[in-house]
Amino acid sequence: MYTDKVMEHFMNPRNVGEIENPDGVGEEGNPSCGDVMQIHIKVEGGIITDCKFKTFGCGSAIAVSSMVTEMAKGKTLDEALQISRDQIADELGGLPPRKMHCSNLGADALRKAIEDYRQKHPVAG
Amino acid sequence: MNGIYLDNMATTQCRPEIFDAMLPWFMEHFGNPLSLHKLGQEALVAVENARSQVAALVNSAPDEIIFTGTGTESCNFAVKGLAQAYAKKGRHLVISAIEHHAVFNPVKYLEKNGYEVTEVPVDASGLVDPEDVAGAIRPDTVLVSVMLANNEIGTIQPVAEIGAITRQRGVLLHADGCAAVGNIPVDVAALGVDALSLSGHKFNGPKGAGALYLKKGTRITPLIHGGVQEQGRRAGADNVPAIVGLGKAAELAAAGMSERVSRITAMRNRLVRGILDNIDEVYYNGHAEARLPGHVNVAVNFVEGEALLLLLMHEGIMASSGSTCTSKALKASHVLSAIGLPEQVCQGSLQLTLGAGNTIAEMDKVIEALPRVVSRLRAMSPLYKKSAAKA
Repeated sequence: MYTDKVMEHFMNPRNVGEIENPDGVGEEGNPSCGDVMQIHIKVEGGIITDCKFKTFGCGSAIAVSSMVTEMAKGKTLDEALQISRDQIADELGGLPPRKMHCSNLGADALRKAIEDYRQKHPVAG
Repeated sequence: MNGIYLDNMATTQCRPEIFDAMLPWFMEHFGNPLSLHKLGQEALVAVENARSQVAALVNSAPDEIIFTGTGTESCNFAVKGLAQAYAKKGRHLVISAIEHHAVFNPVKYLEKNGYEVTEVPVDASGLVDPEDVAGAIRPDTVLVSVMLANNEIGTIQPVAEIGAITRQRGVLLHADGCAAVGNIPVDVAALGVDALSLSGHKFNGPKGAGALYLKKGTRITPLIHGGVQEQGRRAGADNVPAIVGLGKAAELAAAGMSERVSRITAMRNRLVRGILDNIDEVYYNGHAEARLPGHVNVAVNFVEGEALLLLLMHEGIMASSGSTCTSKALKASHVLSAIGLPEQVCQGSLQLTLGAGNTIAEMDKVIEALPRVVSRLRAMSPLYKKSAAKA
């Protein structure tokens, strides 16, 4: 059902947790649908230096969270905004079609975290 | 088999005695029971023997058993076949809110074709109140369909009480017995049902073998029209090996029933105790006593069912869930919604269904592994922290 890459990220998720005093926080999803993704970012000089997640969700939701945090780290905010749902799925070797929509919330949660950062730091962003 | 199989409501392992009983009917004795020659007559004897074995399991007469392809077919046959045969009396049906899709969807089909349906609710333990059924029956009601035991939460319905009502009101009663037959004693006379569906692979028989008990004198419109098999009520060449396997499964289920029920119940109680003692914020769903011996349904708050299943699989434990993500239709279980479980909690649904092959040692392995798996997912869950902060 899942690719080896998805299972590997699900079994050994990267960057689980929260950042103390995060610069931006994004949350996407709905508990009644079975997926809630929370992303914390640390930003220094316009670059995402740290990114952590907490996710309530299925195997693909957790793997997507893990992957998006890896992809975001070291990117400028503008570069990170370009990360798309399709790119995350591709990096994971593909997701089952029915999981593409509901569990693939990583890009949206990251975008919300960046927007949150920019709202709090209107000049720096 | 490698691993701990706790998904016996999905299907059970075919027992070797049953498999062995089926084998000769594929190649050596391949005849069609309708043929007059020796090969045909041998097959006819085998099919009729199986009919007696199934009849004995549910305490019916042999000629009240109609063989079908699956439990779903039996349910479709009962619901559509009885509604159509008695349409002159009326076009109103009563079902419970937690019926299996095998009953729910044929009823919806009838609804699109001019029938009216009343759905009676269940309480938080999944029980139908017979008084609600009595209240739902109208002068034009032809059929009540209530499942004997629910496949998702294991609750056993008061079918005998409902049967007393339907008989008194002159309405037919079908019970979907697919989750129950073979797992608990079932007596169609004591239940007072006019029709009862059953499925062989739910009690160690082969897949592709079901049956419908239909009380003598009850009319039914066939689903499959054709030849004269099954007294013209279910056409198509008999699947002799599957029917023989179903018969053997029925014989074995009846023989070891009370010993098996008490052994499986003891294992289940140990498993439930272990889960509730070692994990906080767990909902134990279904009725405490009126439930299938091997049925455990819990909902673990703050985690999602598919993730639970994947981690349990990694521990060698095979189970199932009613969460949105685990459903092919991407809809949370209608049964869990009907018992009033909050939507978020439904997502953490976990079904562990025991069979005759399970052991106490396996229960202890699950009791050890599950809290660990839950902690791991809760450490990742943003909801768990929020809830803890609230408290």
